[in-house]
Amino acid sequence: MEYINIFIKSAFIDNMIFTFFFGMCSYLAVSKTVKTAVGLGMAVIFVLVVTIPINYLLEEYVLKEGALTWLGDEYATMDLSFLSFIMFIAVIASIVQLVEMLVEKFSPALYGALGIFLPLIAVNCAILGAALFMQQKQFANIGEATVYGLGSGFGWFLAIVLIAAIREKIKYSHIPAPIRGVGMAFILTGLMGLAFLGFLGFEL
Amino acid sequence: MSEEKKSEPLFSKKNRALITEPLNNINPVTIQVLGICSALAVTVQMDNAIIMSIAVTAVLIIGNVLVSLMRNIIPGKIRIIVQLVIVAALVIIVDQILKAYVYDVSKKLSVFVGLIITNCIIMGRLEAFALGNKSWASALDGLGNGIGYGVVLIVVAFFKELFGSGSLTIPGLGKLEIFGNSTEMTGLYAMDYMDNGLMLLPPSSLFLVGIYIWVQKARTPALIED
Repeated sequence: MEYINIFIKSAFIDNMIFTFFFGMCSYLAVSKTVKTAVGLGMAVIFVLVVTIPINYLLEEYVLKEGALTWLGDEYATMDLSFLSFIMFIAVIASIVQLVEMLVEKFSPALYGALGIFLPLIAVNCAILGAALFMQQKQFANIGEATVYGLGSGFGWFLAIVLIAAIREKIKYSHIPAPIRGVGMAFILTGLMGLAFLGFLGFEL
Repeated sequence: MSEEKKSEPLFSKKNRALITEPLNNINPVTIQVLGICSALAVTVQMDNAIIMSIAVTAVLIIGNVLVSLMRNIIPGKIRIIVQLVIVAALVIIVDQILKAYVYDVSKKLSVFVGLIITNCIIMGRLEAFALGNKSWASALDGLGNGIGYGVVLIVVAFFKELFGSGSLTIPGLGKLEIFGNSTEMTGLYAMDYMDNGLMLLPPSSLFLVGIYIWVQKARTPALIED
């Protein structure tokens, strides 16, 4: 039940795009057609599900205050949390690289679908943002952290596919020239964000 | 540099354009659509926006200069990782400075300070400008883009805070209650004025940036997309 709650909360209530604006750059840049949006969305889910547990372990056993107790008593007071930015981004960048190679080797079809998006994702704020929020939320175990990664990724996927669908349709509408394109995408995202506010307080 | 080559004045026309162009024609936020995440999320209060813009500008200038100095020794294949490490190191320093001197703002900015690392403006400028230009030009480019980013942030924060809470929080001056105090019912509130709650919610930043783009493109028709 706890897992379902975390999933719903991260996917709908604390939606990456509508509440925190994580990964807006790629969200706006790659949402012109539904097909590419689905590709990028899948890649984000994939990378989040892989990197969040790894970063969770890193946080739990290396970075957090007192996390190094397993090395011996003299390390019990060490607090390496100031290193978390550089550690997280290093993990993300290398995992993305690794995942890209693995996917290319074992599933050329998936690589064809995700291929060009994977390297982009290393610098997608959604991934680092989720890692930093995971650090703040202090999940009880690795399962919760993984579900959080899955939920956040799903929320992001949902948002980019929805906006891509709307943007495909809106191409045929009559919009004042100065707001065509990015400007309209901003306003649309705002309206979608208002709709998503309806999920506020929702809990199982 | 060789002596006989006539050196360019520090603020030549080309160099000045590096600062002025990002303010309107190639604004990183509204035209190139980079660095949106933080631009939208830290704008509930003016002081957050101002400190965030200063932090981003500082990282942008220093990062640009460092990468530009190292541009001939960074191997092309691993340049992204090198840039990430430089930016991450700078952001750690910025984060520690913020925690030391403006702790409450640093708390409010929370993860968004860390997200400067993945701010696309920074990676974009390092990749597109610093890798191919001299350090002085790169510093100016960093300054220009930092200001271009800051202007949007501050305009959005101005409207959000003014209409959302009726006040403006400016670092050094504290919280200025422009419309009066809503709990004590002074100023405009005495005349039954009410704050617009929407302005405090995340979607309003999106509307405001959308309108900002609208106004900007209406004033400069050359920027209109088709």
